Amino acid sequence: MQLSKEEIQHIAELSRLNLSPEEEEKYRNQLASILDYIKMLDEVKTDKVMPTAQVSGLMDVFREDEVRSWSREEAEAALSQSERENGNVKVKRVLQ
Amino acid sequence: MNLNELNIKQARELLDSGKITSLEITEACLAQIASQDGGIHACLTVCANEAREAAQAADKRLKQGERGALLGIPYLCKDILMTKGIRTTAASKILENYVAPYDATVVRKLKEAGAVMLGKTNLDEFAHGASTENSAFGPTKNPYDLTRVAGGSSGGSAAGVAANMCLFALASDTGGSIRQPSSFCGVVGLKPSYGRVSRFGLLSMTSSTDVIGPIAKTAEDAEIIFKVIAGQDELDATSAPEKIISDSQKKIIDPRAKTLNGLRVGLPKEYFLPELNPEIRNRVMVLADKLKDAGAEIKEVSLPYTKYGIPVYYIITPSEISSNLARFDGIGWGLKDEEAQNLQEFYKKSRGAGFGPEAKRRIMLGTYALSAGYYDAYYKKAQTVRTLIINDFNQAFKQVDVLLTPTVPHGAFKIGEKSNDPLAMYLEDIFVTGASLAGLPAISVPAGTVKVKDGGDMPLGAQLIAPRFQEETLFKITEFLV
Repeated sequence: MQLSKEEIQHIAELSRLNLSPEEEEKYRNQLASILDYIKMLDEVKTDKVMPTAQVSGLMDVFREDEVRSWSREEAEAALSQSERENGNVKVKRVLQ
Repeated sequence: MNLNELNIKQARELLDSGKITSLEITEACLAQIASQDGGIHACLTVCANEAREAAQAADKRLKQGERGALLGIPYLCKDILMTKGIRTTAASKILENYVAPYDATVVRKLKEAGAVMLGKTNLDEFAHGASTENSAFGPTKNPYDLTRVAGGSSGGSAAGVAANMCLFALASDTGGSIRQPSSFCGVVGLKPSYGRVSRFGLLSMTSSTDVIGPIAKTAEDAEIIFKVIAGQDELDATSAPEKIISDSQKKIIDPRAKTLNGLRVGLPKEYFLPELNPEIRNRVMVLADKLKDAGAEIKEVSLPYTKYGIPVYYIITPSEISSNLARFDGIGWGLKDEEAQNLQEFYKKSRGAGFGPEAKRRIMLGTYALSAGYYDAYYKKAQTVRTLIINDFNQAFKQVDVLLTPTVPHGAFKIGEKSNDPLAMYLEDIFVTGASLAGLPAISVPAGTVKVKDGGDMPLGAQLIAPRFQEETLFKITEFLV
């Protein structure tokens, strides 16, 4: 199969990845050949087969919703290790 | 014998009888790392001071009469597991300076058991790969031939054990990442059943197949480590609640049994196709003969959907990766672009600069497979074929108790030989993805050596696969392969 330049740019946009023109060209070809290989699955009849999403065999696992104490410093470091302000994460402007 | 060359069982006797100290073994391992790792590059971080402190603490516990399976035993940890206060990079530029404020559950368990962490091992970036060449910090080389790969993604852990830099290593296996490098480096690698070991603190790759397990010098050692790290954890809702041992398994694993009478071993014909290197077939058959001599019955079985394992794996894995790696957005951790004018540009530039080529390929492949209009054709299709692959194993395990296969269809290849051909690298996993997709326990054990192209003899592994939660069956059988 072929992926057009527009298609690879669209996938990169959805993936939130900045690509150089060389990368676009490289991944365009590589993804197409991987997808060609994957297409082998089309020959398998699966009309009556249920999909498998997980193999844990578990359903609805619950535990008590308890607040546990953790040092403020570590809790904040788990949240973000770059800019923080009053325990909140600081990000770039979303609206111009 | 140098102390770093000991296995766990040997070290245990010497430590418990007071003939050696944990600090002495730790120093021997650190010295081996210092002298060998310049060439091999198994380690990304060595924490010598913390290791010495942990060893001294273990020695104190030993002196006070405390005993424990891993008390005072030095190990290396794959750098995809969170270690409090010691950086965790996933071999990625995007996490180069990340220091976790907590330990992964397995790391915590080893700490409590008194094991001594020496450092963090190299891997393919975010565990994406089969050669450790995708590490942002350079490849790990095979200790048996420095021009060849150690395998991957746990190449640093396998090479570290093979080169006696530690007594064992922790690693993770999503589609073969413990077993394939163990085969290439001539060591033992155990992928436990999905859910048997807590994944809390493992940087998620493919949440539906990720498993943490040990790489060790002997199968007996792998069992010792497994027993310490296994068990349900409320911080991982997919961890299994209890140990399930069936009646038929009880008979097989009876510790008094001196034979394998009654054990049925299956050789799946799809793993022994005519194109398989005859030398590799012979090596595996030598092991089959050993089991037969011990009383086991050997029979051929069929897993007809085997050939679809790789295409299924390379849809499901990138799909879960594209979701799991979305959290690396440049905001909370790691590499970030300072020039971007708005949030969208910030995401794209930070991620574009932070991720290496294979991570980008998988993120895009998964994003494509999950995107509008393609979900049914790719992701759902792969999920249904996954069901058929699981059914294959269920059918086979009605006829036999365990499966015996090669781990990899060849010995370690040259560095650079496959790095420009992603598909060739994906095919490395041909014999190891099945057990991952089905969540089954599997162990790779050394099976001798094989001649490699333009080189000498390189190590080779054979794989045993058991029904879910029957790790004990694997351990019992490996006793007869020594």
